[in-house]
Amino acid sequence: MNSAEPVDPPGGEEPELNRWRGTATDPEADRSRAEETTPEAVARLRRHSRALLADLLRPHRGRLAAAVGLLLAQNAAAMAGPYLVMVGIDRAIPPLRAGNTTPLVAVAGAFAVAAVTEYAARRGFLALSARIGQAVLLDLRQRVFGHFLRLSVGFHERYTSGRMVSRLTSDLDSIAELVDGGIDSLVLAALSILTVAGILLWLDLPLAAVTLFAFPFLFWLSRWFARASAGAYRRTREAVALVIVHFVESMRGIRAVQTFRREPRNQRIFVALGDDYRQTSLHAFRLIATYSPAIKLIGNVTVALVLCYGGWRVLGGRTEVGVLAAFLLYLRRFFEPMQELSQFYNSLQSATAALEKLAGVLDERPAVAEPARPVPLPTGSGHGELTFRGVSFGYRADTPILAGLDLTVPAGQTVALIGPTGAGKSTIAKLVARFHDPDAGSVLLDGINLREVADADLRRAVVLVTQENHLFSGTVAENIRFGRPDADDAEVRAAAQAIGAHDFIAALPDGYATQVHRRGGRLSAGQRQLVAFARAFLADPTVLILDEATSSLDVPTERLVQRALGTILRDRTALVIAHRLSTVETADRVLVLDGGQLVEDGPPAVLAATDGRYAALHRQWRDSLV
Amino acid sequence: MPVESDGDRAAPVAAGRHPVHNLWRLRRYLRPYAAEFAWLLVAGLAGTAAGIAVPLVVQRVVDGPVARHEPAGLLQLGGLALVLGVVEAALIFIRRWVQSSSAVGMEAALRADVYAHLQRLPASFHDRWQSGQLLSRITSDLSVIRRFLSFGVFFLVLNLTTYVVVVLLLIHLHAALGLLVAASAVPLLLITRRFGRHYHTASRRMQDQQGDVATLVEETAQGLRTMKAYGRGPELAARFAAGARTLHDTGVGKGRLLANTAALLDLVPNVTLGVVLVAGAAAAAQGVLTIGELVAFASLQLMLIWPVQSLGWIIANGQEAATAADRIQEVLDTPPQIVDAPDARVLARDAVHGRLRFERVDFRYPGASAAVLHGIDLTVEPGETLALVGATGCGKSTLLSLVPRLHEVTGGRITLDGHDLRELRLASLRRLVGVAFEEPTLFSMSVRENLTLGRPDADDDEVRAALALAQADFAYDLPWGLATRVGEQGLSLSGGQRQRLALARAVLGRPALLVLDDPLSALDVHTEALVEAALRQVLRASTALLVVHRPSTIALADRVALLDDGRIAAVGRHSELLASVPAYRALLAAEPPAGVTDATPGRTGPAAPDASTPDGWGLVRS
Repeated sequence: MNSAEPVDPPGGEEPELNRWRGTATDPEADRSRAEETTPEAVARLRRHSRALLADLLRPHRGRLAAAVGLLLAQNAAAMAGPYLVMVGIDRAIPPLRAGNTTPLVAVAGAFAVAAVTEYAARRGFLALSARIGQAVLLDLRQRVFGHFLRLSVGFHERYTSGRMVSRLTSDLDSIAELVDGGIDSLVLAALSILTVAGILLWLDLPLAAVTLFAFPFLFWLSRWFARASAGAYRRTREAVALVIVHFVESMRGIRAVQTFRREPRNQRIFVALGDDYRQTSLHAFRLIATYSPAIKLIGNVTVALVLCYGGWRVLGGRTEVGVLAAFLLYLRRFFEPMQELSQFYNSLQSATAALEKLAGVLDERPAVAEPARPVPLPTGSGHGELTFRGVSFGYRADTPILAGLDLTVPAGQTVALIGPTGAGKSTIAKLVARFHDPDAGSVLLDGINLREVADADLRRAVVLVTQENHLFSGTVAENIRFGRPDADDAEVRAAAQAIGAHDFIAALPDGYATQVHRRGGRLSAGQRQLVAFARAFLADPTVLILDEATSSLDVPTERLVQRALGTILRDRTALVIAHRLSTVETADRVLVLDGGQLVEDGPPAVLAATDGRYAALHRQWRDSLV
Repeated sequence: MPVESDGDRAAPVAAGRHPVHNLWRLRRYLRPYAAEFAWLLVAGLAGTAAGIAVPLVVQRVVDGPVARHEPAGLLQLGGLALVLGVVEAALIFIRRWVQSSSAVGMEAALRADVYAHLQRLPASFHDRWQSGQLLSRITSDLSVIRRFLSFGVFFLVLNLTTYVVVVLLLIHLHAALGLLVAASAVPLLLITRRFGRHYHTASRRMQDQQGDVATLVEETAQGLRTMKAYGRGPELAARFAAGARTLHDTGVGKGRLLANTAALLDLVPNVTLGVVLVAGAAAAAQGVLTIGELVAFASLQLMLIWPVQSLGWIIANGQEAATAADRIQEVLDTPPQIVDAPDARVLARDAVHGRLRFERVDFRYPGASAAVLHGIDLTVEPGETLALVGATGCGKSTLLSLVPRLHEVTGGRITLDGHDLRELRLASLRRLVGVAFEEPTLFSMSVRENLTLGRPDADDDEVRAALALAQADFAYDLPWGLATRVGEQGLSLSGGQRQRLALARAVLGRPALLVLDDPLSALDVHTEALVEAALRQVLRASTALLVVHRPSTIALADRVALLDDGRIAAVGRHSELLASVPAYRALLAAEPPAGVTDATPGRTGPAAPDASTPDGWGLVRS
């Protein structure tokens, strides 16, 4: 770094790094509503995540039962090993000394059967459990994704795309890790512990009693771990989400990052966030680093006790050497899976924390809900009357944007909305597109409250084109077809031609089949606007809303677009928010908004002749022309 | 396939390279933890030794005190077993405690390095790579590597050691039986080799598909409003379902592969145990082996089951880590093309006059067949404001992006006061240039942080001046003033507000060169007039290159350059061009030319009388 470069003062680094994010206007910006931090909310979420798990597993009941059957078979076969060793030593060696090989052959045969059974059952079980696990993941992934799509724009603006990405990648990874790493081993270990406990009891009751002595310790230890790790993993999930949000945002804005030499500061922030994540992970890992050896300790102490006590019993002739040997072997099989169990318990806790996050998302009710009994919109031409009836709306409760707005736009009218920033122009557009529902009053299309219109009907009737013009990965044709998925190639081409986008598309390397890489990186902003217009043109809505949609076009192209839309939408309703008076002048009617109020309303020519705001703007615009 | 693949993905392992080559290259991230790793191995091996010792103690108990009826010896050996047990647990504790810190430390360091490298890679790289693929590398792939380097490698070493030690002990206990057990390593080796090969391919496929799914999610999150506006939820859900389904199928395939191998790995030690039992029983019957030895032999052999069984998972984990390392190295191995020359110099702000010259500049996007800019010759004199005008998609924004070197010229050169931009330090150049893009990029951070992006040292006065100039004083009225979080989260700003913040960012600290891409496009007429008046002052003090679409904004410029299909078609004063260049008139005339108003919509290029020229749709050539 050269001397001309600003360097952060080394002191004051810490508070600096915490301050960069600023304060969100919504205190709940960082989480879904279900994820409050009160103990009741935590318990409720836990319940919901369990219910979610049960719901996910329900369709697989049959396969689960089969898996458990295979598991039992495998377990039984695996348990036969040490037992057969005992039988071999106690029952087969003495006859063998006498020259009788039959018992040994029988034992060997049983051993072979056990080994083959274990092989087949294990193979079947693992394959089956992978199928179940993957099916559950697929189901969960689709549910969460589908739910994210249903949630309102308001939710997403609060939650941010990075966090959505984090939920659908990192959180699902952590559940997948459990699925891959062996929910099967979890069950198997638990089963083998139970079986071994049974065998131990059957082998030698007093020795088993000594073993049982370990149980309260195991129980107490596990409860401690469950509680501590649940909190720890929850924090891990939150920390990694922040890492992902920062990562996604800085990669998306890489041009700004590089141009403004943001790299060093971004690096410091990323390292700090990464460090938070490291700390929370470390905390979680240290819990398991304590839990797992503690289990081992209990096991080892028990083995030593059994060894002494068992040896003493053999000395006293109350039990056989073979029994002691088998007992000690089984004891290993008892505590060994306990180790595995602690490991998988750990994955389980991590997956549970992730599942809770997902349950929190699934608990979120869409603020803009699909009506229970949708009312169909009238079909045919001549429709598209928009009515605002006493509409009040604010993004936050304390700052209303619209207060009791009344407005009627007759079908087929083209209305230009103008007014200073914050006047509520875009808000009106968003309310018509039902990105939000009004706080009070109602927005009606052809006399039907938008709240009662099915989403599919509303989207067919109303299309909003903004400056944003997102292009999805895929071809140019696919992006245009986004407006009407059933359109054929000729219709796509016709739409592009009508809007004046055909020539530039035809000049692309693969024409309409050109892939728009990564959010249309290769198309200019103006070209993206053209594609977006072709999309809207193809969608052919009853009501078209243009929110600063032509800002990046050169004047002739803009005119071409307007004329094309004007023709196709001559009998449609249109709301146009534009800053160019050339656009405004072609409207049937101009609405001047200020502070959420309609201050002027009339045909452009009439308003221009008065001495109102529109007239002033009109004069300004005329003057600006050289 | 719902997602197109990226050009760079799935680069096959270079010929002659070992599959774990890239994983091995990551070893330097373990170096800071070398001491810890030594501890780990010592603790791990000692712990295992303690574990192995217990069955031997059991053998002594059975053969010694129990056989000879010595209660005192029993207590002694019992005590020994207890001590060994406690030591084993303590060693495991130490190992895991140390392991956890080195594992997450290594992961964090690697992640920070990947991020740093990504920040250095040029815009063209980011255009080409989907961000979901990058994201899955710094999350999923890194945690796979972390798991392997912390647990996998360790258990591989530990379990192999355990295996060898136990087999040696078995040979020591009984040579013939021991060698029999040793022979079982041959099938194990064959099974694991075959498995490793297949699993390698499967895990790479899975990781790439995870990246695809992440890309789909990221993209949907980005285009959410567009999706809502068209009600295309079902289509996107179907697209996602297809991606998720592919991932599912790969996952099931991987699971089957693992199931087959894991079951085989279970079978081999079991069969061996059976053979040992039969042979051992025969030996014991002949009196060559004591019963205690046989018990110890069998119980030692049972200790082999876990290391062998876990081999499947360790190898699976290792293969995943190897492919994850490949994916990460693909990024780290991409050289940043736009870097400081070895002798790059720093230009101080005060020493800059601000003469910006484009000399026969060509530009072609990497991988594209056609150039976007051809032989651009253009000079912006110190203090001059030059407006760049042209039809949509003619290369204006691309031209601007060459000034802060977001892209590198592919021919000719750009100079600032006679210095080739490539001879300047990147940081120095970018400090001299203030840029506002056509799309105002805001991050979910405080307003202040968004304004001062790379200049955390900017003081309150500078910030205030910049905000005033961009008519963005509204920022002070936000709920928490400049500390309010804006961007995607927290507060939705209107297009005009975002643009004004972006403009304030560009003019902050009065840069020597201003590069503004249609800086007033989203402003309402009233605000536009105010910003224009304020901009006029700034523009007097610096050299500026503006992209302009609207006739009203042209007034800001001293001269105008008309860009047509990547070439400079004309340069001059607005009034001159208006009078002498018909194409210019067509683009910027206040009133649409007669031919345009009367043209029938729906036909291509109605604005161009000679619609036969491929670029005629935006320009009138009459």
